[in-house]
Amino acid sequence: MRTVLTTALAVFGLAAASATALADFPDRPVTVIVPWSAGGGTDATGRIIATMLEERLGQPFNVVNRTGGGGIVGHTTIKDADPDGYTIGILTTELSMYEAVGSAKLNFADYSLIGLYNSDPSAIFVKADSDFQTIADLADAVKADPQAIQASGANFGGVNHLSWVSMVQGLGLDGAASSWVPAEGGAPALQLLASGAIDVAVVQFPEAQALMDAGEIRALATLGSEPNPKHPDVPPVTEALGIEFSIAGWRGVGGPAGMPDDITAILTTELEKIVASDAFRDKMGALNYGVVWAGGEDFTEYLARRGEAFGAAISAAGLGQ
Amino acid sequence: MMDALALAAGLVFNAETLTVIVLASAFGLFVGAMPGLTATMAAALLVPITFYMDPVPAIAAIISCTAMAITAGDIPGALLRIPGTPASAAYVEDAYGLTRKGRAGFAIGISICAAAFGGLFGFATLLVAAPFLARFALNFSSFEYFWLSVLGLSCAVVVSHGGVAKGMLSLLLGLFIAQIGLDPLMGQPRFTFGIAELSGGISFIPAMIGMFALAEILRNGREGRPSVPQVEVANPFAGVGAALSRYRINLFRGAAVGSVIGALPGIGGDLGAWITYSLAKRTSKEPEKFGTGHPEGLVEAGASNNAALSSSWIPAMVFGIPGDAVTAIAVGVLFMKGLEPGPQLLTSNPQNFYAVLLVFVLANLLLIPFGYLAARVARNLFKVPRSYLNAAILLFCVVGSYSINNTLFGVGIMLGLGVIAYILQSRDFAIAPIILGIVLGPLVEQSFTTSMTIARGDLWGFFDRPIAAVLGGVTILIWLGIAAGAVFSARRRANPQT
Repeated sequence: MRTVLTTALAVFGLAAASATALADFPDRPVTVIVPWSAGGGTDATGRIIATMLEERLGQPFNVVNRTGGGGIVGHTTIKDADPDGYTIGILTTELSMYEAVGSAKLNFADYSLIGLYNSDPSAIFVKADSDFQTIADLADAVKADPQAIQASGANFGGVNHLSWVSMVQGLGLDGAASSWVPAEGGAPALQLLASGAIDVAVVQFPEAQALMDAGEIRALATLGSEPNPKHPDVPPVTEALGIEFSIAGWRGVGGPAGMPDDITAILTTELEKIVASDAFRDKMGALNYGVVWAGGEDFTEYLARRGEAFGAAISAAGLGQ
Repeated sequence: MMDALALAAGLVFNAETLTVIVLASAFGLFVGAMPGLTATMAAALLVPITFYMDPVPAIAAIISCTAMAITAGDIPGALLRIPGTPASAAYVEDAYGLTRKGRAGFAIGISICAAAFGGLFGFATLLVAAPFLARFALNFSSFEYFWLSVLGLSCAVVVSHGGVAKGMLSLLLGLFIAQIGLDPLMGQPRFTFGIAELSGGISFIPAMIGMFALAEILRNGREGRPSVPQVEVANPFAGVGAALSRYRINLFRGAAVGSVIGALPGIGGDLGAWITYSLAKRTSKEPEKFGTGHPEGLVEAGASNNAALSSSWIPAMVFGIPGDAVTAIAVGVLFMKGLEPGPQLLTSNPQNFYAVLLVFVLANLLLIPFGYLAARVARNLFKVPRSYLNAAILLFCVVGSYSINNTLFGVGIMLGLGVIAYILQSRDFAIAPIILGIVLGPLVEQSFTTSMTIARGDLWGFFDRPIAAVLGGVTILIWLGIAAGAVFSARRRANPQT
């Protein structure tokens, strides 16, 4: 009798404990892993998301930059974390590409997907005193000798690298023949460009804004079919060079696969409210980031399509395994 | 500019901002003085609180807290041989050496006062030369970073006691430890043996705690050394002024070098302390006293440390390129408060920029009274019998190395490296170069591979750019000097009569 009672009590206690645990999520600080270096676009948007989750859920959301290996270190850290909801992270475009490039066995199925919040095309930048005045000048130089133009903006196979390869390919050249200097994100690549060590940086507008304002660098073209609303005078490559261009970076929030569904649902609901809020749009707009939303199933479907599209682009560029 | 300064003074000298500065400084002092807790953690913990503040108090909280936390990192270094930052690892032997001579208050006083001076010097530099220094820092590409980091590594070999060969071996061990993890170019695992936690690499904080503090506990245990009685003086800062004026050249040179190197995004502060410490040793009349509790290197590197801290804000504020986690957090706060970093911060709203500078001044002035308090309290620590004290230090070692990633893995790293350091030390190998190797190893590797990609494998690329050529020349000259010195002393040992 006593045993039964104890067991019953224990079971009841356990059930009560786990019920409170869920109802109270989060009851302690949550770690948000950013797989790219501080100062880049993923870092800036990740910190906005973390701040707003913190405001809504009442626990600290601490941003940790885990850089290295072109985002592989950070993405692996998120994947390998305890799936208890207390470690989540920012997932980025590169996740659509690691398998196709063969750099890591990581894809969207390794994560509990919470929501997509941003999508942005990259742009092409040169130093202010560069000889290239227009994107057509640069295109001519690349056509003359694709190896002579040193470009940077991400690791090998990163979205900015792929964008560059796609553009070179669009000019009718072998995409694999172009030259690429791997860098840990936008900020180090911009430092290389401003110091005159490389000719071209392929990064996104917000990362380059301060250096553009300072007159150190210029934007030649937006790598998309539409002009960026904040920079209407920078021509899209589709218009300037007649290249069809659809590769764009994306950013979303996810945790390790196997997170409890109700915790994922809490985070998805809160993130959806955040992305829909004026405060978020204002902050993202001030920083020049495009806001999009896809939560749960939609995010999974979005990434499945991206995986295929990027895979095709990567093998066309000769980067695949 | 005067109008802007007057407006800035109005923004800073009001009850709210001043209260925030004092409270944030006290918080920073506490966090910095606790082994294992870092300035980054302190800043990150403050961010949610800054949401409810006006822009200037918000950024003031971050700045004063981190300035205090980084300087206070010297306190456990001096008292317990647990350096708070890689920069303070450069001079921890001298600071702890003074404590072992019974002069803990003096050691802390030197660190704090030199730091305050360096910080104020850095402020003056910011005021006069921020745009110029920012432009100068933009000239640094991977080629220059490569030479600078190699120069830093060479310095560690030059200053290490126990001889150049042993210093070099220590450094190589550190560089090897830095290899563990995923390679920065393609993300291939190296020396990880399939252990997931090793793929993240070995963090320098548990390494530093283990190699300095744990090794010292082990040594104490073996020697059964009693507690060091501390000199009873009414004023723990007595003699600090005299020491600073005696080594005033070191003080100014440290602050100047720190201000310039600090403006380079990413590495400034750590490199500055090592380069100035070795500069002090090379130019000293009594280099043999370095590492035993001699204030000269402490003055120069301490000043450089905080000067670099001030100027590390330059690239972040002028070009939006934050160098480390602390400035990245601060840049985030600036963005959130509508003070977007960039050249317009200096032109369109200069009062905000000058307000930030004034906060630097106040934070650095506050170092002195807060440091005085810390130094007075510190003396009492050594009234505790050594065996009890060791137990408490061990507890701090465990908690500190656990708190980095909240895993026991960090504790294991601390224990393993602590035992290795104890053995190495009993054979007279220097520990500091190992730490520097761990901190700078990834930078050396990455700047080398990036440069080689740009130069297409042509090694002359390292001398193609003017600044890189100068830095490379200096580095190679130092190497030749080290090699010549080693050959010379070996010859002298072989032929003692000549």
